[in-house]
Amino acid sequence: MLGIVRGRIARGGVNASSLQKIRNQSLIYASSRSYSSASKEMTVRDALNSALDEEMSADPKVFVMGEEVGEYQGAYKISKGLLEKYGPERVVDTPITEAGFAGIGVGAAYHGLRPVVEFMTFNFSMQAIDHIINSAAKSNYMSAGQISVPIVFRGPNGAAAGVGAQHSQCYAAWFGACPGLKVLAPYSSEDARGLLKAAIRDPDPVVFLENELLYGESFPISAEVLDSSFCLPIGKAKIEREGKDVTITAFSKMVGYALKAAEILAKEGISAEVINLRSIRPLDRSTINASVRKTNRLITVEEGFPQHGVGAEICACVVEESFEYLDAPVERIAGADVPMPYAANLERMAVPQIEDIVRAAKRACYRSVPMAATA
Amino acid sequence: MSSAFSAINTIQPLHRTIDNPSVSPFLGSTHKLRSFPACNRAPSASWIRRRFSIVAVSDVVKQQKTKSGSSLSNLLITKEEGLELYEDMVLGRSFEDMCAQMYYRGKMFGFVHLYNGQEAVSTGFIKLLTKEDCIVSTYRDHVHALSKGVPARQVMSELFGKTTGCCRGQGGSMHMFSEEYNVLGGFAFIGEGIPVSTGAAFTSKYRREVLKEANSDQVTLAFFGDGTCNNGQFFECLNMAALWKLPIVFVVENNLWAIGMSHLRATSDPEIWKKGPAFGMPGVHIDGMDVLKVREVAKEAVERARRGEGPTLIECETYRFRGHSLADPDELRDPAEKAHYATRDPIAALKKYMIENKLVNEAELKAIDKKIDEVVEDAVEFADASPHPVRSQLLENVFADPKGFGIGPDGRYRCEDPKFTEGTAHV
Repeated sequence: MLGIVRGRIARGGVNASSLQKIRNQSLIYASSRSYSSASKEMTVRDALNSALDEEMSADPKVFVMGEEVGEYQGAYKISKGLLEKYGPERVVDTPITEAGFAGIGVGAAYHGLRPVVEFMTFNFSMQAIDHIINSAAKSNYMSAGQISVPIVFRGPNGAAAGVGAQHSQCYAAWFGACPGLKVLAPYSSEDARGLLKAAIRDPDPVVFLENELLYGESFPISAEVLDSSFCLPIGKAKIEREGKDVTITAFSKMVGYALKAAEILAKEGISAEVINLRSIRPLDRSTINASVRKTNRLITVEEGFPQHGVGAEICACVVEESFEYLDAPVERIAGADVPMPYAANLERMAVPQIEDIVRAAKRACYRSVPMAATA
Repeated sequence: MSSAFSAINTIQPLHRTIDNPSVSPFLGSTHKLRSFPACNRAPSASWIRRRFSIVAVSDVVKQQKTKSGSSLSNLLITKEEGLELYEDMVLGRSFEDMCAQMYYRGKMFGFVHLYNGQEAVSTGFIKLLTKEDCIVSTYRDHVHALSKGVPARQVMSELFGKTTGCCRGQGGSMHMFSEEYNVLGGFAFIGEGIPVSTGAAFTSKYRREVLKEANSDQVTLAFFGDGTCNNGQFFECLNMAALWKLPIVFVVENNLWAIGMSHLRATSDPEIWKKGPAFGMPGVHIDGMDVLKVREVAKEAVERARRGEGPTLIECETYRFRGHSLADPDELRDPAEKAHYATRDPIAALKKYMIENKLVNEAELKAIDKKIDEVVEDAVEFADASPHPVRSQLLENVFADPKGFGIGPDGRYRCEDPKFTEGTAHV
């Protein structure tokens, strides 16, 4: 139900009525989430915008650089209003030169500024990946601590709707493999605000993986989150829903799917614990292991390619550290091992759906649902 | 007299057709710009204005050159400056020769790229900078670091992989960083340093205009080679530096060879200085074996950047006497070409110039030679005696924020575990 509404948003653009429908659904939804005294709602887009705004006003060394961040108000309107407020020197529209401006950001960070470099999607970061890895991530180590790089690379990551193979890859696993980088993947508005603020204040290079389909989603938000010094710790996962039968780990959009799957499973008597990873690197192994030791079953969910993915790392880590506690084989749910197809029905098959998570949870609980054929 | 330094006797143009062979390539560049074919549109006023601004640098230096060519040398350098230049070049040369020795004795390892023959470029440019100005270099960065002021002891220790090196042994030959002397690396990938240096120049401008730090006028120099000038990042940064008028000088050390690939085989238009005007900045072509000429042009370009007039692209034709690295057998280069450039050794040329113009006498230069020998030997002894890094250093410095290692199995931050810095913690 919600999935269909979401699809409508993605394909047809947001109009007032469908947004209202989403809001109603989310409100009904919100009551089942464990948020503290939700007083108002905020979209992820507004959360990111307000976080950028507050950090830029607090520290004049923070500046935003990227394609269309200024006069266009941001390719996805994340940097809306910043150009008027801070001027073109702090909100820098760049030519289409990812390698060039990512490197310029790194050079500026070497010298004490705090750039926030936006990639229109992280697929374009591949043109700049040399700078993200070789001059940003490795510099503190190569210079033995003399030169730290307080830069944030942010932008939408993962599949959107019908954008084809070259605009749909999830880069969490690639960046998560590199020492020297911190990789964050927010889900809700609270995550977006807190983690972006923490990333901008952090003295190390941070890759901040957002999700285009989440930008328009509204989440309830407490007064504490709206405070301008609200920050979430980097490296700590959040248990979105407590449970005792099976652990489901997810990040970014898949957290929403996992929560819905947990709802469905609850009706069938399976109590699922949903962990929102929030931080891909450093991975919060202790929270994951503690949860698995409690529930004895693990399912990892991600949107990216299965081989060498985030789920692979989590499964290996759990098998290494909590083997005796496992009652069922660990299972990873990932995107299909193909470049993202364009046709809508094929795309639906190439990305994990709620039914996949439900089936996997039942398998883990030995509820006699046969293994799904590998796509 | 100063024939070694005359404008005319310079690089052998291996293929170029020069319009007017009696004119130096430097003056030739001005000519070429003036006769640059205009597009088929009527040149607008701003375009004409831009053209003049492009030739401005060449004109100024041309006038200086005609002045110096006719009268005596004292216009170019004083005795103190001459000795400073000589000492720096000899330090670079002796240091690199010692590196080769140490490599073959097994004390140095991995990739080592030596700078013999190109000292005029490093000395000519870097000796004009203040301590706050930045340089960014490639893997051939030992001498750039030395010219900028990093002590020879620290550089040698770094090459030996000892903990007293400028990067505590964690960087190595190709990654010389120094916060104190504003050496921003040391990059192994060609072209990688260019956007980083453009960013450092961006910071300088940002500091002045946004953070309102009035005395922020640091200039950044980016050193890179001829092969890099075919790389996309080079063009991207020429565009942005000229667009935003950043205080940067792009220095091309064109030594005609990229490992074994001749510049002429790899480049459609080998005249790199021409790529500057295409982006709206002056493109200057100089003889990189002549430290005095390099210094003249460098002075103008650095001052231009400091005044806020934007970037300059300077192509220095130079030559490396050794192979690309110590592992390179260097078989593809013609011995005749090597012999030709050996006669144009920048140190010998400066020595000849200073002696012929009676700035110094032999004894003073010999004293400097001896002093540098002692400095280099002392550096080697220091590096030999320094300790290797301790085991726990392996995990240090990955993050500026140590909590970046995340949460350990006991639920606390790993960096708080006392075993973490002993190198025995489970990571």
